[in-house]
Amino acid sequence: MKDTVEIRWHGRGGQGAKTAALLLADVAFKVGMHVQGFPEYGPERMGAPITAYNRISDSVIRVHSNIYDPDFVAVVDETLLESVDVTQGLSKDGGIIVNTSRPKEEILPHLKGYEGKVYTIDAHKVSMATLGKYFPNSPMLAAVVAVSGVIEKDKFLDEMQASYAHKFEKKPEVIEGNMNALKMAFEEVH
Amino acid sequence: MGIRERLSGNEAVAYAIKQINPDVMPAFPITPSTEIPQYVAGYIANGEIDTEFIPVESEHSSMSATLGASAAGARALTATSSCGMALMWEELYVAASNRLPVVLALVNRALSGPININCDHSDSMGARDSGWIQIYAENNQEAYDNFLQAYRIAEHKDVRLPVMICQDGFITSHAVENIELIEDDKVKAFVGEYNPENYLLNAEQPMAVGPYATSPYYMETKKGQREAMINAKDVILEVGREFGAMSGRSYGFYEGYQLEDADYVMVIIGSAAGTAKDAVDILRDAGKKVGILKVRVFRPFPAKELALALQNAKAIAIMDRAESFSGEGGPLGTELTTALFHAKSTAKVVNYFYGLGGRDFRVENAEAVFEEIASKDNIEPYQYIGLRQ
Repeated sequence: MKDTVEIRWHGRGGQGAKTAALLLADVAFKVGMHVQGFPEYGPERMGAPITAYNRISDSVIRVHSNIYDPDFVAVVDETLLESVDVTQGLSKDGGIIVNTSRPKEEILPHLKGYEGKVYTIDAHKVSMATLGKYFPNSPMLAAVVAVSGVIEKDKFLDEMQASYAHKFEKKPEVIEGNMNALKMAFEEVH
Repeated sequence: MGIRERLSGNEAVAYAIKQINPDVMPAFPITPSTEIPQYVAGYIANGEIDTEFIPVESEHSSMSATLGASAAGARALTATSSCGMALMWEELYVAASNRLPVVLALVNRALSGPININCDHSDSMGARDSGWIQIYAENNQEAYDNFLQAYRIAEHKDVRLPVMICQDGFITSHAVENIELIEDDKVKAFVGEYNPENYLLNAEQPMAVGPYATSPYYMETKKGQREAMINAKDVILEVGREFGAMSGRSYGFYEGYQLEDADYVMVIIGSAAGTAKDAVDILRDAGKKVGILKVRVFRPFPAKELALALQNAKAIAIMDRAESFSGEGGPLGTELTTALFHAKSTAKVVNYFYGLGGRDFRVENAEAVFEEIASKDNIEPYQYIGLRQ
């Protein structure tokens, strides 16, 4: 049953972790896969820790529980490393992607001896360079796609181009910046 | 061939509403209602449908206005969830006793308290005696499909009862999943136009709706509702078959999964059935004869049909996502156990409470239930599962 890739997102209310999960579901759907994208709701307030999930599979997905043993974890807000056990259940054959400007060595001590691959991306840098504002969504989405390999890079970029063209129909000037954010994120995640 | 899409459960039901283009939708436009009225209001604002949207000041009013519109002769609906439904309580009974074929898009969420916004079935199960037909969905596809069938059942001349289309709060309502939509023209042809026989705006035939019923009349009214509910069984099956002929997805009172030769069966409602199916596959691979009976229609309660479907089971786990505080079984447990008693079943029956207030129900939980009913003889007959240790 492990033809399904499971991804868990950690963020804070208002940062767009839920949106990133829904975007990933969207783009995976568009390339022909079966998807789930869903948030776990706690108290709804800005800044509270939130979790969102993705299942992506070639076959129909029936399970409707949260994800406990994810293949990949994306941490949108590094301050959560202090308070949330982000590597809980995380497969050591998978990996974790942390949004941070700090070197990886400074992140590792927070990961409770996690044995899988650890990636970092400075979504702030990517976002400021390409969009001029801090929207961690697009860089984190691209980083997750790059690391997990759930969608081929070219297919992903093509679909995102189409998706932004639709979403920003009335603001076409932001499409290029968002696409650049995705492309730069592919280079910047290590 | 349908249209491949990905939608949340809320979006899926709103899309069904758009395709049906009903006459009137009163709704309370904020929490505890759902995104469904919001999406429908968007369709109306964009000129995609001409439904009259009435924003009201409470859920008591949303159901009242829905009933008023329906009595006047309109095809009407509303949407709500949890405590919003609790505030409609009085009108739920008014809808059913006046035989108004309205539809309620219900997203199942826990009732307070403690305050909780997550999924369980306490809202609709609490209203199980209100006289509404209740149909439940495992996923977004079923929520959409069930909604498209609702008016065909509600408005049928042998039925004329309100219908509640239920789906699991957040688990399906807020989760984006793949779905196959049906083309607009097919939906329109399937649902058809509403031509009420009696309605308030018919000047040719004045009538009263909802007058006081003295004792000599009240009980006959209830008997009429009961007969309509019994009639609804054939109509639900007929509509489910016809829907299948149109879409390729047929529906009945229940769905069996690996049920035929199963010795150990879990009876369950809603999204958790999908999770339990994964557990069945794991246990079948290990040679265990387990299966699922997913109840789709809870009102009318298909007692004989369920008992018949369970006739070969050695042990049955009945799963309730709502308390009834009898100190014994939950709503599904109690009613199904009665049905099994009348069918002279000798199967071992255990009634589990799970998933209250959004407590997650995992594949492992389902496996543990199967393992318990398959291996133990003296099992506590009423149990909570998934409690923190």
